[in-house]
Amino acid sequence: MVIKMKNVKYDRTADLYKADEHRVRNFFLAFLVGGLIGFLGELIIEILINEFHISRSDASTFMIMFFIVFASLCTALGFFDKWVTKFKCGLLIPITGFAHSMTSAAMDYKNEGPIYGIGSNIFKLAGSVILYGVVSAWIFGMIRYLIGVIS
Amino acid sequence: MTFNYKNVYIKDTSTIAGPYEKDGPLKKYFDKTYSDLYFGEKSFEKAEVKLVKDALVMLMKKTALTKKDIELTIGGDLLNQITASTYGTYSVGNAFVGIYGACSTSVLGMIIGSNFIDDGRCNNACVVVSSHNLSSEKQFRNPIEYGAPRPSSATFTATGAAACLLTNEKTNVKVDCATLGKIVDYNQNDVNDMGRVMAPAVVETLLTHFEETGRSVDDYDLILTGDLGVYGKAILQDYMFNVHDVDLSNNYNDCGVMLYDLEKQEEVNAGGSGPVCSALVNFSYVYDQLKKKKLKRVLLIATGALFSPTMVYQKENINSIAHAISLEAV
Repeated sequence: MVIKMKNVKYDRTADLYKADEHRVRNFFLAFLVGGLIGFLGELIIEILINEFHISRSDASTFMIMFFIVFASLCTALGFFDKWVTKFKCGLLIPITGFAHSMTSAAMDYKNEGPIYGIGSNIFKLAGSVILYGVVSAWIFGMIRYLIGVIS
Repeated sequence: MTFNYKNVYIKDTSTIAGPYEKDGPLKKYFDKTYSDLYFGEKSFEKAEVKLVKDALVMLMKKTALTKKDIELTIGGDLLNQITASTYGTYSVGNAFVGIYGACSTSVLGMIIGSNFIDDGRCNNACVVVSSHNLSSEKQFRNPIEYGAPRPSSATFTATGAAACLLTNEKTNVKVDCATLGKIVDYNQNDVNDMGRVMAPAVVETLLTHFEETGRSVDDYDLILTGDLGVYGKAILQDYMFNVHDVDLSNNYNDCGVMLYDLEKQEEVNAGGSGPVCSALVNFSYVYDQLKKKKLKRVLLIATGALFSPTMVYQKENINSIAHAISLEAV
């Protein structure tokens, strides 16, 4: 009981000195940058369809590949983390962030070798995304299937 | 637990700093600085080992001692199995003690060394600590190149190594007394606000120190905490004044705040941290001021957040510890 009072008292003082986060500014910045990447992706798809006459589904695959290569390259060259610091999570949510998380993890562990280093650590951050992506795809697939059976 | 020393002095210190520390206000006090984070090595862990070796070579050069003249080597860092210390101190000294006190390691090492010397068990002891921004980033947080956005209360692990040689020969700087702290738990768990986690440890150690030595704030020219950062420093000052009636507004500062130019170096957020953060300030600037007798008596309180990512993910609190040592110009 005495200990709890001490903690409450301390928290009361400590709460007075909480750092100011520019949440609103970061939110809009991330929204804008994320949206811009989406816009760029759409632009690439449109160009591929209209100029090179490929189907929409193939065009979106090419677009994703382009972003993955571009983001990984920028990570490897050391630009990407500086951009993330500047533009916040707008860069981390699209496919660019996924590629970046894998490349950065691989770079961290390259000194420990291809098996114990890169191989076992490359999914350090991306592993959760893949696992829960697959699980939720299965759940939503089942829901869609069941709706199809019922109607 | 407070110890009074009769016969422990600092013979000399050495400080090696990385590129961010080089851009800070204390540049001219460092013995050697580097402009990149690899120091010619292939990995950041090896780079940290290099820093420790550099600090020891510099210390031996300044004290004119050889590897075999050093009797006891005490080392600690943040890496798993304290590898920077165990690899970096190889062949230096006749005995080795590896310690872990997170960012409080430097003062912890000095207290252990001083106890050995004051008891007459050895004539000299070398304390060396190190940390590397990117090797700790890799170990405690996200991959280095990931660059996840961090809040402004987060601190920045300092890069460097610092060593000091304690001896029983009389010099200008005397180790006067020290208070070994205990682990405190104030129910804190924000990994991005270590200042807030560690300030309670300072409160407990400082009050114990004052009680057991009969001293007060005014007995010191300068009281320095290790790496509380801007927010932790403000919390400590407010809490000490309002709850314990101790005024820290005149002669108190924090090494994490002093190590960097917080306005220009925005990437450091709330200030420096890591075992070497307080050591870089104490073994360079503070030691220099004591030697020149510009400061008469200084209390160094190194603070450590005993933080483990595993325990935080398992919903445990982050405990902290602080050790204090008093240095005097003689």
